[in-house]
Parts: sequence; C-alpha cells; structure tokens
Amino acid sequence: MMNNLLIMPLLVPLVTAVVLIFFNRQIRLQKWISGLSALANVGVAGYLVHVVRQEGIQTLNMGGWAAPYGIVFVADMFAALLVLTTTIVSAACLYYAFGSIGKEREKFYFYPFFQFLIVGVIGSFLTGDIFNLFVCFEVMLISSYALIVLGGTKKQLRESLKYILINIISSALFVASVAYLYAVVGTLNMAHLSVRVAEAGQGGVLTTISVLFLIVFGLKAGLFLYFWLPGSYKVPPAAITAVFGGLLTKVGLYAIIRTFTLIFYHDPYITHTLIGWLAAATMLLGVIGAIAYWDIHRILIYNIVAAVGFIAFGLAAANQAALEGAIYYLVHDMIVKALLFLLGGTIIAYTGTATIKEMGGLMRTRPVLGWMFFIAAMALVGVPPLSGFIGKLLIVEGGLQAGFYWITGIGLLTSLLILYSMMRIFMNVFWGVPKRPLSEPKKGTGWLLLPASCLVILTIVLGLGAEWIYPYVNQAGETLLNPDQYIQAVLKE
Amino acid sequence: MKTNDVILQTVAKIVVFIILTFSVFLFFAGHNNPGGGFIGGLVTAAALVLLALAFDLETIRKVVPVDFRKVMAVGLLIALLTGIGSLVLEVPFLSHTFGHWDLPLLGDTELATATLFDLGVYLAVVGVTMTIILSIGEDH
Amino acid sequence: MEILMAFAIGILFMVGTYLILSRSLLRIILGTSLLTHAVHLLLLTMSRLKTGAAPLLGEKAGNYVDPLPQALILTSIVISFGVTSFFFVLAYRAYQELGTDDMEQLRGHDDE
Repeated sequence: MMNNLLIMPLLVPLVTAVVLIFFNRQIRLQKWISGLSALANVGVAGYLVHVVRQEGIQTLNMGGWAAPYGIVFVADMFAALLVLTTTIVSAACLYYAFGSIGKEREKFYFYPFFQFLIVGVIGSFLTGDIFNLFVCFEVMLISSYALIVLGGTKKQLRESLKYILINIISSALFVASVAYLYAVVGTLNMAHLSVRVAEAGQGGVLTTISVLFLIVFGLKAGLFLYFWLPGSYKVPPAAITAVFGGLLTKVGLYAIIRTFTLIFYHDPYITHTLIGWLAAATMLLGVIGAIAYWDIHRILIYNIVAAVGFIAFGLAAANQAALEGAIYYLVHDMIVKALLFLLGGTIIAYTGTATIKEMGGLMRTRPVLGWMFFIAAMALVGVPPLSGFIGKLLIVEGGLQAGFYWITGIGLLTSLLILYSMMRIFMNVFWGVPKRPLSEPKKGTGWLLLPASCLVILTIVLGLGAEWIYPYVNQAGETLLNPDQYIQAVLKE
Repeated sequence: MKTNDVILQTVAKIVVFIILTFSVFLFFAGHNNPGGGFIGGLVTAAALVLLALAFDLETIRKVVPVDFRKVMAVGLLIALLTGIGSLVLEVPFLSHTFGHWDLPLLGDTELATATLFDLGVYLAVVGVTMTIILSIGEDH
Repeated sequence: MEILMAFAIGILFMVGTYLILSRSLLRIILGTSLLTHAVHLLLLTMSRLKTGAAPLLGEKAGNYVDPLPQALILTSIVISFGVTSFFFVLAYRAYQELGTDDMEQLRGHDDE
C-alpha cells in the first residue's frame, strides 16, 4: 500500500530544521517557523492516529522497494500514539523554550537541533527496520549531544563528555548486536526477523542476542543501567531536560517493548523474568534516589528512572492488561515528566535556587504554579481520576495475573515512595514562609506557564476521558500481543 | 615558526584541480558504478583540506567564500525536495525514475532523478566535513 | 580467514576497552574509535567473508557479495566519523574551559 502520510510526521520537523539553518540570524522568524511547524505536526500525527484507528496498521515502502528488502516505515497504533504524544510534548517544550532558553543558545542553532531531535525520536517510533532504528537513534543522540552542551558552561562540558562516551559505547554494542543477529537470521526487517526467529526457534544463541539488545536499549532507556542519567540530565536548561526526560528514555523503552513483543517473545521464562527483575531493581533504586536528594532537578530525574522501571514491569508481565497498562503509562509518563520538568524549571526561575530546603512559601505569590505542580504530582503518583491511575491499575492487574507478586508489591511500594518524594517537594517549595527573597520575575516569564498548563489539561483529559481513549490503547495492546498482525501488514503474504 | 613549504604549495595548486575533477567523475560514475555523491563529496572535501594544509584557513575562506553550514543545509534541502517530489506525484517517498534524452554534444544520455538526490548528498557531505574540519582547525 | 578476523576483532576490542578505561580524555576518544572499528570488522565478518563481484547489474558475475552489511558499515562509519569529530571538538573545548583532560578531576560534585 502506498501511504506517504506515514513519513509526514518525520518530514515536517526535518524540513523545518533544514529551513531554520538558513535563518540563523533571524531568531524571531525561527520561533515563528518552528512554532507553527510544531503545531502542524500535532495535527499530522493526530490524523495518523485517526487513520490507523480506521484502517489498521499502515506501512510505507520507501522508494517502492517492497519489504523485507527495502526500507519500510510502519505505524501500528502503539507507534502512532507515541508519535502523537511526542509531537504534543515537544511542542509544549518548544513554546516553553521560546521564553526561557536565551539568546545565546538561540544563536547557536538551538531550534534546528531541537527539530532534528524530534526527527530522530519520531523516526525511531515509525521505522520497521532494526538498522534504521540505529540510524534514528543516532540522529536523536547527535542532536541531544549538541543540545546538552549548548551554552558551554563548565558543568555542561564536563557532564556531556560522559554522556557522549556512554552513548558511543552503547551504539557500538548496538551495531555489534545487529551484526550477531544478522549472522544468525540473515535479515534486519523487524517483521521478517519475527518470522525467521519463529521459524528457527528461539534457542540459546538468539536468547543471548536478545539479552544483548536488552543491554543496549536498557542503556538508552535507563533500565537498571541508568548510572549516567542523573548527571547528564541535570546540566541543560529546563526546556531541554524536559524534552530529554519526556522523550529520550522513552525511545529506549519503546525499542525494548517492540523487540520483546515482536521478535524475542518465545522464551519469556528467561527474557521476561530478567526484564521483570531489572524493572524491580530500577524502581527501587530510582525511588531511593528520589527521596535521597534535596535538589528538585535530581528528585525529578530519579523519578524518571523509577517510571522506566514501572513501564518495563508492564512488559515483563506481557499479558493484555499489563501491556495496555504499559502503553497507557508510557503516554502518560511522557506528558507528566515533561510537565514536571517545565514546572520545576519555572520554580527554579522564580526562586533562584534548585535546593528545595532553601525554598518555601511560593504558594502565596504563585498559587497557579502551586496547584499545577500539585496536579502534576498527583498524576505522577497515579491518584484517580488523573492520567497515571489507569496505567498503574492495568499494570498492577497484569502483574498479579502473571504471578509477579513480589515485583507488583515493589511497584506499589514505589508508588507510595514517589508520593512521598513529590509531597516533599510540594511542602518545602509551596508551604511555609519564604526562606529567601524571591527573585523579581523577569519580564515575560508569565508565558512560561502557558505550555505547562496545556499539558496539565491533557493529563486531566487522559484521566477523565479514559473511556474514550481506551479503545486506542486496546488496539495498540492487541497488536503487541499478536505479532502476526504486524507481520501481515508489513510482508503482506 | 616559518616553514619552507614551497613544494607543498606548488604541488597543491595543481593537485587540487586533479582531485576536484576526479571527485566530479566519481559523482557521475556513481549511478551505475562504484562512486556517488557521498564519496565525491568526501574527495572534494579532501581537496579543500589539502589547500588548508598547504596554505591556511584564511586562504580557504578567500578561495571558497561560502558558509559551509549553508552548503550543508542546501544539500539536505535538495535531497529532501527530491523525496518530497514523490509525495506530489503520489508515489512512495523517495521513489526515483529515469529516462533517456538526446542532448546536444552528449548524445543519448540517461538522466535520473537519483542524481539530484545524490547532488544533495554531495553538497551535504562537503558541508558537514568542511564544517567539522574548519571548526577543529579554527582555534589556536 | 574468519579465525584471523576473530583475533583481529578481539585485539581491537581489547585495546579499545583498555584505552577507554584510562584517565586521559584523548586516549578515551581513541579507544572509542578503535571500539567502533572493531564493531565494523565484526559486522563484516559475521555476515560471512566471501569473494564475489560487486552487487551491481553491470557485473554479470555468477557470484555476488552481500551488499547489505557493506551499506550498514558505511552508514555506521559515517555516523562514528561525525560523532568522533564532535567528541574531539568537545574534548578540546572542555580542556580549554576546565584546564584538564583527566577524568578523575572531571568527576563533579553532588551538591551542585
């Protein structure tokens, strides 16, 4: 089927990025172009979701070369939902960046790099080919290298060195795993891989390769191997950390979920149990970090880690409820994490410090910010009727069905501790009396709350409108559970 | 420190043109034989780097007075537009086509849209490589 | 031939890992580029070393080589070229700003 719609969510930011390079000097024009293109892309992605809902999985064979030989793009409901969420989250972060990123960074190609990052993220979601996944990862990572170091403060330089090093090593491992996989099954198209692996039977060699992939994607997602994450996500400004926290780790998670539902699903006793325990460890270690620090950025960053563990647990349980929960929670987490980082950045902008001990009494001067943070925190914890609740409920239900009692218990304990960590921020920042004079709000900082408030509304809608959203999630979960649908759509046997 | 690089400079002046010609040859050979926009771009960049080694970066800026970042952007844009062309014609993204034309002097020539894409790749590669090398070499 | 390649790849991996574990930033960068070279060789070897004509229509040979790994390696080389050069520029900038290329001194502190 010929379907160029599929490439559009990727083309819009790509063309925008290239055009923006020409207007390096005209910052105002750059803002207009990137702002409009971000909104347009939300529309395109929304339409893509609609089409997938109506007509099932969409595929595009680039240049007319049929799969498995050509490059193929695939949008099942899972990918389409994530693409839509990505466009929304990135648009919100972009609008936040307009008011907060500063001239210095804007002059050094901030907006083009931002768009390239979105290209990489969306490409990773849509590609149907494991090597293209690598290429899209690299597009995303190279842009993220540039974004993380943009501004060039000492801290940024120091941390970005480590960030780049860890990612180069994981990319090298990625290519090595691709080499092994290609040697064993002789194809790299994901649907074709699924067929071949099923034919060959997932023996010891293939399971080992799958664990290699788990390590690679785990490094990107921060699943257990998150040691690099707190340092490097802390240094860039809030708008960039929000994109990173909301999107980058989720791409790694997407890759794990995709490979372990589509290709390596034959030996769950080894692989999925391993993922389950890694997830449990990630949740525990993440939440310990979240309650250990007094720095608002670090607390939020460790919350990313904990959420990664929770979603991976949904994959480990791998039944209908758990996978749907993982999808729901993934979408929710992308929105809420970006939102929390935007709000955290705003808090820091108002108080002039990142240590919550030194803050206080912000509720008097900034009630709107306070209540928005409260809603976001509640959504993160999973208090009904906000967006985190349904995802959490489904994952817990699926986990119990699959017999992972211990890990489910750890997940619930983690939720409780996350609640504690968020309330600690809320009470220290918003209650009490100001411990230091609030810095005068800079002109135009009121705008900062607008993109954040859009995300707040979205998280409420995701919670209250669950009945309306559930069919989409259900369709996505069904495709993940039945790899045949995906294979049929791509290979059209 | 003043070094005597007369030989290098003299040879470079001649060799650069040979390399550039070869890069153009590689670029056009790429359609049916080994070669193409990528390797052609790299060879062009190599010629410019040779100039930079023999003389200095200021000379490069005078000889090739373009912003290589823009070159990269132009290349990307051309490559993208050839892809987008297939959207307009309602064939899958990145489809290509070719035909035979009788051109003056050249006779029967095969023209392919893939060459346009390759031109984009060529410019992008030259742009990226030179941007990288200039930004490494800029600072002393 | 495969065994020879396996040794070469193993040695490259070994040297790369050793260099990455050292303290000097320059050595680390060299280590990463050796590591990626090793991975490229691995990709080449794993997709079977065989002789044959280039996979082009004009060759009219009985035996062609598999073009896919070569395309993959080329892509990967380009990416690693870009990343390595970026890393170099960054390391140089960091050296200028921070005055050291010793990873021990680039640890950072918890209270920032």
